[in-house]
Amino acid sequence: MDFSSLNAVAMIVLLIGAATPILLAAIGELVVEKSGVLNLGVEGMMIIGAVTGFITATTTGSPMLGFVGGAIGGAAVSTLFAFLTQYLLSNQVATGLALTMFGLGLAALMGRSYNGIKPPRTERLEVPGLSDLPVLGELFFSYDPIIYFSLVLVIAVWWFLNRTRAGLVLRACGENHDAAHSLGYNVQLIRFGAIMFGGACAGLGGAYVSLIRVPQWTEGMTAGVGWIALAIVVFASWKPWRVILGAYMFGGITILQLSLQALGISISGAYLSMTPYIVTIVVLVIMSADRKRASLNAPACLGRSFHASH
Amino acid sequence: MLRLEQRPTPSRAMLYLTPVMAVLATMLVGGVLFWAMGIDPFKAIYLLFIDPFVDSYNLSQLFVKASPLILIAMGLSLGFRAGVWNIGAEGQFIVGAIAGGAVGLALWGSTGWWILPLMALAAALGGALWALVPAVLKIRFNANEILVSLMLVYVAEHFLAQMVQGVLRAPDGMGFPESRNLARNDPTSLPDVFPALGIDAGGVVMLILLAAAFFLLQKHALGFQIKLTGDSPRAARFAGVNPSFIIAICLGLSGAAAGLAGLFELTGAAGKLTIDFPVGYGFTAIIVAFLGRLSPVGILLAGVVLAGTYIGGENAQFLLKMPAAAVTVFQGMMLFFLLGFEILINYRIKPMRRAV
Repeated sequence: MDFSSLNAVAMIVLLIGAATPILLAAIGELVVEKSGVLNLGVEGMMIIGAVTGFITATTTGSPMLGFVGGAIGGAAVSTLFAFLTQYLLSNQVATGLALTMFGLGLAALMGRSYNGIKPPRTERLEVPGLSDLPVLGELFFSYDPIIYFSLVLVIAVWWFLNRTRAGLVLRACGENHDAAHSLGYNVQLIRFGAIMFGGACAGLGGAYVSLIRVPQWTEGMTAGVGWIALAIVVFASWKPWRVILGAYMFGGITILQLSLQALGISISGAYLSMTPYIVTIVVLVIMSADRKRASLNAPACLGRSFHASH
Repeated sequence: MLRLEQRPTPSRAMLYLTPVMAVLATMLVGGVLFWAMGIDPFKAIYLLFIDPFVDSYNLSQLFVKASPLILIAMGLSLGFRAGVWNIGAEGQFIVGAIAGGAVGLALWGSTGWWILPLMALAAALGGALWALVPAVLKIRFNANEILVSLMLVYVAEHFLAQMVQGVLRAPDGMGFPESRNLARNDPTSLPDVFPALGIDAGGVVMLILLAAAFFLLQKHALGFQIKLTGDSPRAARFAGVNPSFIIAICLGLSGAAAGLAGLFELTGAAGKLTIDFPVGYGFTAIIVAFLGRLSPVGILLAGVVLAGTYIGGENAQFLLKMPAAAVTVFQGMMLFFLLGFEILINYRIKPMRRAV
């Protein structure tokens, strides 16, 4: 076997690309869960974002408008979940599943005349001088704008949750919704907003898959990335910076198994393709095993409906 | 503005009415969707919701599609009642078919009445073991069973791809990634019992198991413990119910049911293992379970309705050029409506009182 074709720098560049959809979806879901809502519809919102982003980009010719379209699509479909869980008090697990199934179907329906089309290319962000540096230029300044945006977004979410009053209120809704309500905050409205933010992030992540990662539209192309994003939130113990760590680790595993497949290693491709999912399970096990710590990190009202009786 | 007023007791009428309302609302909104897509809404709704139940050929197909849905949904409903969320039935369905199919392929050429039951046993065992992975990880390591069972669907799909390219590939299949056809081999094909109704041996087993589930939930202590765990986990613990046991039994039984459904699909409708063998029954069964109010009788009816949308969907694809994905949208929409209407069971909608 020839390992010399594995170039460390090139692999890091690839892994960041593979990790970005997961990162975007996971940071959005983190905010949703911090507000006390478990939205299992991430996969559905991502695939909707993938198709709406793709349609917007190919009809307007602008990849940037495509990303906006993806975010809007994800946010729009998340309002269904938000309305049902917040105002009709439906079960969050079941509604999230419904969102995923509905999203997968709707996306397939919307995208059926877009199969086999190439989207407009997203240019990398060139920094004059720096991008041409050997190694460092490739490592730090060779990415598309969305990758930089995703990292800024994580910092912004951290700052919002931990350094602003609005973030504190959002966390209060997640920790004790009755207390937040009695202080006069509109728990349902705050959660509604958080869900839409999560939808926009997932949609953006989906658009990244269809516009940059693949780049084309095929049915069911997100292939479980949304579910992995949900697991990453658990892995991150609901801490924003750890989401980066988790997402990049998964990107690394994905790229590694793809490179091994390309190398024609003696392990069959199907087994290698399982690894990201198996690693997700292993990570969940490790992070949940310490029950005390797991329950300390998770928002106390996660998954519970709120209805003010008066 | 409207407000919600809690009912003193849940409305029984609404409990049974809401699934019907959900189906009607899906027909209405779906009709608008078809109209927007340039498809005659009346024809489409007729094909999806009426034609499968009146046309005699479709009627015989109805049960073929409904059987796996009902069987899987029945297993899932046990867990859903206890708050154990197995959403990886699709994976257990695949593994059951692989395990049972492997037995059948290993015994290729031999004859005997015992081959099919042996395959069924292997399938149930395979499905149960696949479902016990999330159970064990939940009990031992507190890992979320929703995510683990779902991840295992993707693992199962890749495993299936490996199997049909590898050891289970038909030796005389000219290299196509598919197994031998088990339905065309007498000892491994599922016998028809009532061909006119489309009820094969799998359908009979399904009906027997459905009756068993009914008995379990109504008369058996375990059924009571499952329901109690779902309604009040604390009370269940005080009553001496072992939560780990409930998790294991719910996941194990639902996995076994899904595995059996996989084998019946393999030895009946599908015939052979291919990469396209799983068609999403494991996910649709979740809708069946909810639409059937997690009760055996309800699931029977809901399974028939959802099977109808599959058959009607196929006909509508052919006759009206309706895209295949529209059926998935319909099914998702149905679950949305159902979950939305459920509020009417516990709450009344009243106009907002004027503040004084």
